[in-house]
Amino acid sequence: MNEFHAELSPIVFLDLSLLTMLVLVAFAMLRSRHLFAVVMLSGIFSLLSASFFVSLDAVDVAFTEAAVGAGISTVLMLGGMLLTARREKPVVPGRAPVALAVTLLTGAALVYATIDMPAFGDPEAPANKYVGQAYVDETPSDIAVPNIVTAVLASYRGFDTLGETMVIFTAGIAVILLLGAGSVRGGREISDLDDQGEEKS
Amino acid sequence: MTMFAVATIAIVIAMVLALIRAFAGPSLYDRVLAGNSFGTKTVLLIGVMGFLTGRPDFLDIALLYALINFAATIAILRFFSYRKPKGDPAAPINKEGAA
Repeated sequence: MNEFHAELSPIVFLDLSLLTMLVLVAFAMLRSRHLFAVVMLSGIFSLLSASFFVSLDAVDVAFTEAAVGAGISTVLMLGGMLLTARREKPVVPGRAPVALAVTLLTGAALVYATIDMPAFGDPEAPANKYVGQAYVDETPSDIAVPNIVTAVLASYRGFDTLGETMVIFTAGIAVILLLGAGSVRGGREISDLDDQGEEKS
Repeated sequence: MTMFAVATIAIVIAMVLALIRAFAGPSLYDRVLAGNSFGTKTVLLIGVMGFLTGRPDFLDIALLYALINFAATIAILRFFSYRKPKGDPAAPINKEGAA
């Protein structure tokens, strides 16, 4: 129905190997019961998806993914792990078949839906035809930014991005006020000294 | 171009090797090291990817990744010094290397 075919280039093979590694890491995270390993693997998962975003030319999205996924959320999950157990409890079998059936059905429906999607990079795709084409045409003359995603994020939708930043900033201040800065678990003070007053090694 | 393609393949193989170490473990430090070296491979891959596509504009992004990787590794290693003190029976600590 469509005469456009995506070109097979080294980047396509790179994308394929990155996606394969993503799937492998996801399954390893599912299989592992050792929470520290899961946290490290989720950091690796974020780095992999960041590389994949760079390969798709969305460097800003990739940068957010690396900073939030591999940086902040790894630290947050480690902090959560300090308050709980180191190992996941063994899963009670029994409800697994129903969940598997639901997941497979949903996955099959989603894969079936992708059949209707235009090919990657198709110039006739709706996303590339109207506003997208205008961005592609006018970015070099409007803004001297080599990446169009960056130009859209930081300039064409600059006020939108500023608003998002303000929302996140406000949310951060609210969380700090709710938790109380410098305390954890109902006001117990964090200190680098242990009970005996000696510095931990 | 061929040189960059070969370098990309080598980096992907190195990523797979780091992944195997992260899957296998067995100690916590193995996994920290695997995660850190995987971050380094990501930095290299992003650098090479720019030259492979002929647009090395994103080289400074790779530098920022190196900074994030450094800070994250420091934060993870701080985790070891925030472990609970040893006489606490409510929160048993698994010994170093216990997977």
